[in-house]
Amino acid sequence: MSTVKETHPGTDRAPVSQNPRPLNYPPDSSKAIGGEVSVQIDGQDVKVPIGTSLLEAAKKVGVHIPTLCHHPDLKVAGVCRVCVVEVEGQRTLQAACAYPVTSPLKVHTHTRKVRQARRHIVDLMLSTHCGECYSCKRNNNCELQTLAKEYGVDFYRFGHVKTSRIPKDESSYSVVRDMDKCILCRRCVRTCIDLQEVGVLEAIGRGHETRISTYLDKALAEVVCINCGQCINRCPTGALHANDTSDEVWRAIDDPTKHVVIQTAPSPRAAIGECFGLEPGVPMTGQLNTALKLAGFDKVFDTNFTADLTILEEGTELLVRLHDALVKKQPTALPQFTSCSPGWVKFLEHFYPEYIPNLSSAKSPQQMFGAVIKTWYAQRNGIDPKDIVTVALMPCSAKKFECNRPEMGSSGFKDVDFGLTTREMAQMIQEAGIHLPTLAKSGFDDPFGDATGSGVIFGATGGVMEAALRTVIELVTGLKVEKLFEHANIVPVRGFEGVRMIELPIPQVAAEVPEIIRKHVPSFDFLKGVTLKVAVAHGTANAKRVMEDIRAGGPFSECHFIEFMGCPGGCLGGGGQPIPTSPEIRQARAKAIYAEDAGSAVRKSHENPAVLRLYTEFLTDGPCGHKSHELLHTHYTSRGKQIG
Amino acid sequence: MLVGSQQKLQDDIRALVERHGRTRDALLPILQDLQAAQSCVPDFAMQVVADELGLHPAEVYGVVSFYAFLDHRPRGRFVMRLCRTISCELARTAPVARQLENELGIAFGETTRDGRFTLEWAACLGLCDQGPALLVNDRVYTKVTPDRVHAIVEDCRKVFGAHAAQPSAPSAPVHPAAHPQPALAAAKG
Amino acid sequence: MTVIDSRKTPLTFDSIAPGVGLAAALKLSRSDLIATVAASNLRGRGGAGFPTATKWNLAAAAKVSEGECKFVVCNADEGEPGTFKDRVLLTEYAPLVFEGMTIAARAIGATRGILYLRGEYVYLRPPLDAELARLRRAGALGRNIGALAGFDFDIEIRMGAGAYVCGEETALIESLEGQRGEPRNRPPFPVDTGFRDQPTVVNNVETLATVTAIFANGPEAFRALGSERSAGFKLFSVSGDCDAPGVYEFPLGLTLRELLEKVGGTNAKAVQVGGASGVCVPAKAFDRRLAFEDVATGGSIIVFGPHRDMLAVAKNFMEFFREESCGQCTPCREGNHKLLEGILMLERGECSTAYLRELCLLGETMQLASKCGLGQSSPNAFLSIVEHFPEEVLGRSFAAAGGER
Ligand SMILES: Cc1cc2nc3c(=O)[nH]c(=O)nc-3n(C[C@H](O)[C@H](O)[C@H](O)COP(=O)(O)O)c2cc1C
Ligand code: SF4
Ligand code: SF4
Ligand code: SF4
Ligand code: SF4
Ligand code: FES
Ligand code: FES
Repeated sequence: MSTVKETHPGTDRAPVSQNPRPLNYPPDSSKAIGGEVSVQIDGQDVKVPIGTSLLEAAKKVGVHIPTLCHHPDLKVAGVCRVCVVEVEGQRTLQAACAYPVTSPLKVHTHTRKVRQARRHIVDLMLSTHCGECYSCKRNNNCELQTLAKEYGVDFYRFGHVKTSRIPKDESSYSVVRDMDKCILCRRCVRTCIDLQEVGVLEAIGRGHETRISTYLDKALAEVVCINCGQCINRCPTGALHANDTSDEVWRAIDDPTKHVVIQTAPSPRAAIGECFGLEPGVPMTGQLNTALKLAGFDKVFDTNFTADLTILEEGTELLVRLHDALVKKQPTALPQFTSCSPGWVKFLEHFYPEYIPNLSSAKSPQQMFGAVIKTWYAQRNGIDPKDIVTVALMPCSAKKFECNRPEMGSSGFKDVDFGLTTREMAQMIQEAGIHLPTLAKSGFDDPFGDATGSGVIFGATGGVMEAALRTVIELVTGLKVEKLFEHANIVPVRGFEGVRMIELPIPQVAAEVPEIIRKHVPSFDFLKGVTLKVAVAHGTANAKRVMEDIRAGGPFSECHFIEFMGCPGGCLGGGGQPIPTSPEIRQARAKAIYAEDAGSAVRKSHENPAVLRLYTEFLTDGPCGHKSHELLHTHYTSRGKQIG
Repeated sequence: MLVGSQQKLQDDIRALVERHGRTRDALLPILQDLQAAQSCVPDFAMQVVADELGLHPAEVYGVVSFYAFLDHRPRGRFVMRLCRTISCELARTAPVARQLENELGIAFGETTRDGRFTLEWAACLGLCDQGPALLVNDRVYTKVTPDRVHAIVEDCRKVFGAHAAQPSAPSAPVHPAAHPQPALAAAKG
Repeated sequence: MTVIDSRKTPLTFDSIAPGVGLAAALKLSRSDLIATVAASNLRGRGGAGFPTATKWNLAAAAKVSEGECKFVVCNADEGEPGTFKDRVLLTEYAPLVFEGMTIAARAIGATRGILYLRGEYVYLRPPLDAELARLRRAGALGRNIGALAGFDFDIEIRMGAGAYVCGEETALIESLEGQRGEPRNRPPFPVDTGFRDQPTVVNNVETLATVTAIFANGPEAFRALGSERSAGFKLFSVSGDCDAPGVYEFPLGLTLRELLEKVGGTNAKAVQVGGASGVCVPAKAFDRRLAFEDVATGGSIIVFGPHRDMLAVAKNFMEFFREESCGQCTPCREGNHKLLEGILMLERGECSTAYLRELCLLGETMQLASKCGLGQSSPNAFLSIVEHFPEEVLGRSFAAAGGER
């Protein structure tokens, strides 16, 4: 395998819809025509590229300008107006986030007018904001609260609403909308329409009646929401939050008849430290294991175990499909799509239901784990599965929906009883009086203890693909991945580019097919000389771009395998992760994840001894065998986008 | 909605898209034509339009809910818009408003049960020198006084008389108008 | 139809034969054409008074994207309360408006024109469509207009749908693009990034008709009228408590007192100049001039007789803004609501002087921090009424409003 051809058909994110919303002039310095211009901010001079926003310019000289509707992941809106500053020569104040510097300017950021305006704006927001900080999910992590503090709100100058006017929308398993607390910054709208291109949330009505709502004001569960929770991550207030099930989990822990086990996914471990004041990118895996035990979980397992299992199932499925297509010449649904991101799965079910056959039928690692615990683990340990409560710590709000899918109960029980987000877990740990960062590290419990680095990197975009390639390459070619990629790091599939396509020519094939999949694929000869084409997309906007290309018969339709993640950055940027989020924060989390992989003793899924043991002891007919089909695979629902 | 009428609506929308184009620029003209033909932008139509133009239904709803002349709830065949802005108010809008309510038996913002009339407030109609001003669909009435209200409503009713046998094409409303109610009572609805 | 002819004075436009202005303009090179507009000192008639030639120069210099073109948009959204002169122009002088658009197109190099007609003027659409058809037949629209090779320009009509804010030029453009009519961040300005992100000139109906008049009669004749910073004649829409409401033409710079004499409103106690977003001028200030350097206006004059309750007037305006704000920015969306609430409190005799003072400061915040002209001007009426009529605003009986003491 001498050449690795990389193609980058797109940049970070390009508009997919035929009619992209007009950009409200993003003062994006990378698009500046060139040249620099000098600005004086509060007496300090700074040179910036033409087109830089005043906000960015101020950052350069260390001047803090408050913001609320601004978010680094989103288009500029300029609607909250808390960032106003005085620009000499201008009659009115200007919004720093939306004002591009194109000529030399003198700017003052805290004159009387500016201070009065900011104070008034915060007061106005509070005048319609109905919420009690004590009982709010965002207490101490709320941008509105912070502003009120920074701008010295000492009384409600323009009044305050004390009784709820808008009923909460709790219809969704994943996202709760509490519009009493909404301050109409529209970050969620820009997230859902522009960033994710799902288009569930929009500003409805006008004037003082403007509200954030859905198509015909329907409940979230009735529209095409994919539960990605990206809107939650970008809401500055408690108006959007995840549907919290931690009380139920406490109840299970308190119940002595219940055996409560928890699996933890790699992304929460790389991020939960942020909830305890740590910098992004400090992995907390060992400390978290200790904390969960202290909090009262009976067993703590690593979701990576089933991530490895997923690779074997999904990898085998891919080889079977290739075999069907190339040898048996059967019509086969290719490219195969990954199915571990429930946000992406629901997106496909709504918008591209005709491609459901392309989705791998393998359950996500979360669900596989649940199924294995309530069967093999229960048997092995002599516990009645009805007394087992499985909890999953996930970076994801869509996982809450996933574990409630009616088809997720092949063990005879609900595979996973509760999906908790990173934020909810941090809260539980705090509630238990545990200070996570200072805890001693400990390991995962047997029998799933040893996972591989491949499982860890599932948390980052490209991770599933890298893990799959490590296994498929070794099985198919009989060569060590390290021979082809230094340290087995398949760097071309890494990174934050929105869509990446990689071609891997297969130089030689192994003489023998490993025993455990031989009954599906008797020989690898058919892959000789084949160039494996794979792609990676993260965030549903990018997924949409790839799907449209496939629909149009473009280059992506010739791929064999595509990894899709519903959230920007993959799971590490999931809708259940600590708030705030930004490109820098996601990058730091990715670093933590790749560091954990590099430090793992075993780094390839097919070398995971626990997984191999599962196949010898329990799933004896191997990957994609009868039993695994029953327990580890699932089916999907064609939902369509018509809203009834 | 019946499948047959859904199909028809879908065809009508396709025709509108042909006429106005398949870009977002065409959204308002399409919605305006629908509003004129159907007396509203039906819920189903918003989804079809969204599909045709590559938008999200929520975006179309966002647009429909923004503009006072668009509505997804069925409006009457005649929409009576009385100006409530200052110059007309100085010319005494209030008694005209009361008489309109009395005559139609509905309050502002409501539609008569037979689907014939909707009563709405409007912002300045650009007839401030001859207020109170009233816009009924595309007809204008100026210097309206309470005693003229009856005649204005009768003007509209004549249209129904003329088309009593057949709802007038192409603007057959897709709402309860198909079952005309007996004469309207003066009592408020 | 019962619309009465609103014209109360002869208009300059009466004397201009269709086609003359355009013919004169097309004789000039494009730069001379803009120079002529500059020489006339014409400032926009839509309210803000931006020099028309400057706007055109910017658009003429701006770059077009591949496969796109520049646009001339005629702003016929006339939503400002008390304004109806554009309706009269579109009814009686439509050819002059379309000629003005064509001249603007020639000046900036646009090939498409759009008349954005407010939904409330739907009855003007058929005659305007007929007029456009006539102009096309006459070769005044279409390809190679005026036998100038390569001068192609046509005009289409797009309807508004009942939203005052769509008169704001960037909201208008959003509306044309099929969006909610929410004003954009400025800069960039439409002359650079307008409709479909292309250079777009947005001019008021009257501005464009006046351009035609300037080319028909020469810029000197125009500049000879009015004051130095406010050249030319202007239409005024007069309504309210006066003998003869209607459309008047006066040179800019006349005093309110002079105007009130002409319209029969000399006993007025106040005049709202510039519509709901304008200011309320009390009788003691009737010597102020209607000109950009003094009381600027798009031409809306609403006269209040001695018996009027000024707080009720302020209430009507604030009700208007509470509903017509696009609702995207905080100061305007919430501020207008608070000002209206304050008026209701004043009405009931429940507003302390301290709170009224706070509301006035809030008004200042709205003027300074709102995203667009709507929120920046919506407190004007409230502020000027509170300033000039404190005795009417304060001291209302708590009991009379049904309160208990
Ligand atoms: C809220 C608001 C409403 C406006 N409405 C109108 C209008 O109805 N007609 C108009 O010509 N200009 C209106 N304007 C002014 C326009 O934004 C723009 O300045 C004008 O069309 C420019 O034309 P001119 O330079 O010819 O005056 C409005 C501005 C604001 C802020
Ligand atoms: S949203 Fe923020 S300000 Fe509002 S109640 Fe919650 S924490 Fe407090
Ligand atoms: S969860 Fe995702 S799809 Fe659902 S509303 Fe939020 S951003 Fe949109
Ligand atoms: S729900 Fe949150 S993000 Fe959305 S507009 Fe309201 S406050 Fe902003
Ligand atoms: S000032 Fe008012 S109309 Fe203008 S953008 Fe803000 S909310 Fe909209
Ligand atoms: S942060 Fe700039 S306007 Fe909201
Ligand atoms: S105020 Fe009623 S038409 Fe203008």
